[in-house]
Amino acid sequence: MANTTIVPFGPQHPVLPEPIHLDLELDDERVVQALPSIGYVHRGLELLAERHDFVEMAQVAERICGICSFIHGQGYCQGIEHLLGLEVPPRAVYLRTVWAEMSRIQSHLLWLGLSADAFGFESLFQHSWRIREMLVDIIEETTGGRVIFGSCKVGGIRKDVDAETLRRVGRRMNEIEAAFDEVANIFRGDRTVKQRTVGVGVMSAEDAYALGAVGPVLRASGFASDTRQLGYAAYGELEWEPVVEQSGDCYARCEVRLREISQSIDLIRQCLDRMPEGEIEVTFKGQRPKGETMIRLEQPRGEVCYYMSANGQKNLERFRVRTPTFANIAPLVHMLKGCDLADVPVIVLTIDPCVSCTER
Amino acid sequence: MSFLKKSPWILHYAATSCNGCDIELLACLTPLYDVERFGIVNTGNPKHADIFLVTGSVNEESRKVVENLYAQMPDPKAVVAIGACALSGGIFRDAYNVYGGIDQVIPVDVYVPGCAARPESIIDGVVQALAILEERAKERKRQRKVVAS
Repeated sequence: MANTTIVPFGPQHPVLPEPIHLDLELDDERVVQALPSIGYVHRGLELLAERHDFVEMAQVAERICGICSFIHGQGYCQGIEHLLGLEVPPRAVYLRTVWAEMSRIQSHLLWLGLSADAFGFESLFQHSWRIREMLVDIIEETTGGRVIFGSCKVGGIRKDVDAETLRRVGRRMNEIEAAFDEVANIFRGDRTVKQRTVGVGVMSAEDAYALGAVGPVLRASGFASDTRQLGYAAYGELEWEPVVEQSGDCYARCEVRLREISQSIDLIRQCLDRMPEGEIEVTFKGQRPKGETMIRLEQPRGEVCYYMSANGQKNLERFRVRTPTFANIAPLVHMLKGCDLADVPVIVLTIDPCVSCTER
Repeated sequence: MSFLKKSPWILHYAATSCNGCDIELLACLTPLYDVERFGIVNTGNPKHADIFLVTGSVNEESRKVVENLYAQMPDPKAVVAIGACALSGGIFRDAYNVYGGIDQVIPVDVYVPGCAARPESIIDGVVQALAILEERAKERKRQRKVVAS
């Protein structure tokens, strides 16, 4: 075998907004092996659960990651509500579903932009983010925050949204959909996009399953697995099907996310149509969580699991998060084997790495 | 903004941040805020950069990277710390692996508050850093003249 060279990729790299480090072992231009090393964003967030009050901790949980912030808050609150045996009012459940789907759309648009930047299509990056800003405006109007929503709390939601605003959200969704469809057509049909993504970083269904891939990475390889099928929040009452693609390459992973944006817009419309009236929170004065629970939710990047254990104190005994990017690192290392050096940024981005989630 | 004489190139590094401020920083570059119209360009190379934007607090691992990037930037340079974590450690200051704000490691010129910091305040931070940068450039010139004479 020829001599190999080791090229460091990251932690500070132009295409990555976040620090992840890969040691790429190269034979000429071909990657023989990729060794990831992490730890640049580790804060020790799980231990904070033992120092903060369980109600306060919802805010810390939301800051596990700034991209899927709302879904982390939702998962934490669902866990505590399960431990306390609280029944969240339907209006709060539906509003949480709306915000979770908005969070998914903005995350996917963000990813589409970054991946366009990774394959050198800067104007597409700008257009994706232009549409994302339209959505962030709605998020700010309904929650008050742009990236950290802060609207989810144990027992329900912090603030109700009035009927007029909800109607406006419905109208703005039409505008976003029209603008998104234009950009989606470029992603689907443009020759330069296809050249960089079709047949790159292929992963078979067997490998994806064996390596424990989750979310769009798994669904792009032909597995119809989506944690929302469990029917948590309002998903059990809404009509939808997991998005599946067969080819398992970067193009398929892009296509899954494009179709998921349209699906999320549809889910938001369904929620707005069926929005129940009534209370937005339940009180639980004096109650303290006790017992163990495991919560699974679907983040934009895939399945996230929360384990919580409490012993009747005001702090949790243990809080553990298993995030989707962590599950997708093993498939990523597998995909990088045998690819060209120039394709490494594109492949790394197609798993939608969220290092902040992974390391907490 | 008529007083902008130079086009500052920025270098961004997410030290130990939750991504929130990083997204807002990237949002500054995109059509709604579009800082490129002021000549502010995001570069990946520390040797091309004038202003170092750091988000998030520092931990054992990221400390070395922040120090390295700062050392590689040519003088004159300015540092902007973005977000509550970069200022003091923010909500994570009690976490065992967080040292605190960026100023524990490198000198910081401008502090941009917020969790997450809004794009408008980030742009304002960069503009303030630019004034500091210009002051430093003048100072260097003066010192050169003294040495030459």
